[in-house]
Amino acid sequence: MVYAVHFAGAVMACYLTAQVLTRSTWTYRAPRVAIVCWQALGLALGLSAIGLPLSMGLAPYGTNVSTALGRLVRGDLPPGFGLVHALQIAAALGVAGVLLGTTVTCGLRAIRAQRRHRELLNLVGRDDPAAPGALVLDHPSAAAYCLPGMRPQVVVSAGTLSLLDRAQLAAVLSHERAHADERHDLVLLPFTGLCRALPWAGWVEAARERVSLLVEMRADDKARQLHADGQLAGALLRFATAPSRVTPAGALGIADTELDARVRRLLTTGRPPRVRGALALAVTLTLVALPVSLFLS
Amino acid sequence: MRLGELERAVMDVLWDRRTPLTVREVAESLHDRELAYTTVMTVLDRLAGKGMVERERAGRAWSYRPAASREAYIAQLMLDALDLAGERDAALVRFARSVSGTEADVLRAALAEEAADGKS
Repeated sequence: MVYAVHFAGAVMACYLTAQVLTRSTWTYRAPRVAIVCWQALGLALGLSAIGLPLSMGLAPYGTNVSTALGRLVRGDLPPGFGLVHALQIAAALGVAGVLLGTTVTCGLRAIRAQRRHRELLNLVGRDDPAAPGALVLDHPSAAAYCLPGMRPQVVVSAGTLSLLDRAQLAAVLSHERAHADERHDLVLLPFTGLCRALPWAGWVEAARERVSLLVEMRADDKARQLHADGQLAGALLRFATAPSRVTPAGALGIADTELDARVRRLLTTGRPPRVRGALALAVTLTLVALPVSLFLS
Repeated sequence: MRLGELERAVMDVLWDRRTPLTVREVAESLHDRELAYTTVMTVLDRLAGKGMVERERAGRAWSYRPAASREAYIAQLMLDALDLAGERDAALVRFARSVSGTEADVLRAALAEEAADGKS
């Protein structure tokens, strides 16, 4: 039972850490660190959520989870092992199945949609010297996005070309390429999966939105390394005031989440929050280590 | 020439000519590329398989026409927010937040009109 208590504590700690991390704004100044923290937190939560019912079901063995599991698989049932325990173990398998299943389903769905999108792009997208390395869609709405995958493709609409000047467009293209290079689609995938698995949990949705904002900020930072200050902020502002803009989900786009926060951080240069970043990393990595050690010890 | 470029070239011919074309007519329109008849046939077959072109009997040969206009495909790409990534609900919210309602309506109306044209 002692293991179950520990797992319950781990789930609680993950939930509380997520609450804190969702509300923190130091993360805006260190999006990459924050993204790592969120990944660790998601993993820790998944492992703990599987471990909790599993350890309850295995409690009659009075030993650690991996040893107990080994004995269960060999058909060695301890005295006092009843239907309730079997159901708890089944619940653990169910949680694991749902978490993995929804993530895989989301991934497959995205791949299918991306393939169709790519095929259409192949037919109607055109090269344009004004947007080197990107495909242009002849549509008056302003859109800029990255179709992720093994062969990522940056796409902008004709509306974007007329909306931005040359330097701003270059900054936007760098932003989209950063999404592709760092596979931000995969960073977001587990959180999208979690949202589908727990559609009633508002805090999971809040976490996903936070991670998607951090991913945009990370791409902003990459673009900022390559272009003069203010270009990206200018592009964001023009997008914000454009009559319309379209960002396909599943493709990563610019200018759709909390524009205001993004523009403001681009116009100031804050010092990276080293202490808080290190603290958050330490906490979240400990949260991953906790269920892992509970499984193995 | 890559298969993708061939598909694109064939679609461009079909879109520009605005009338159903046989494999031979498509190949003739692309004569400067010196494509074999069978190559053009393969490409049209693939496009039909993907639902990008529709075919009908014209005497002894098949004739092909685009399943939708270039503008409709562009509108579809711009509207992809509605069904990508398996997060339909989230995608809709995001779309509504980033596009004015009238703009979305205009895009949808264009697609609906296209669908109606295809049937008639």
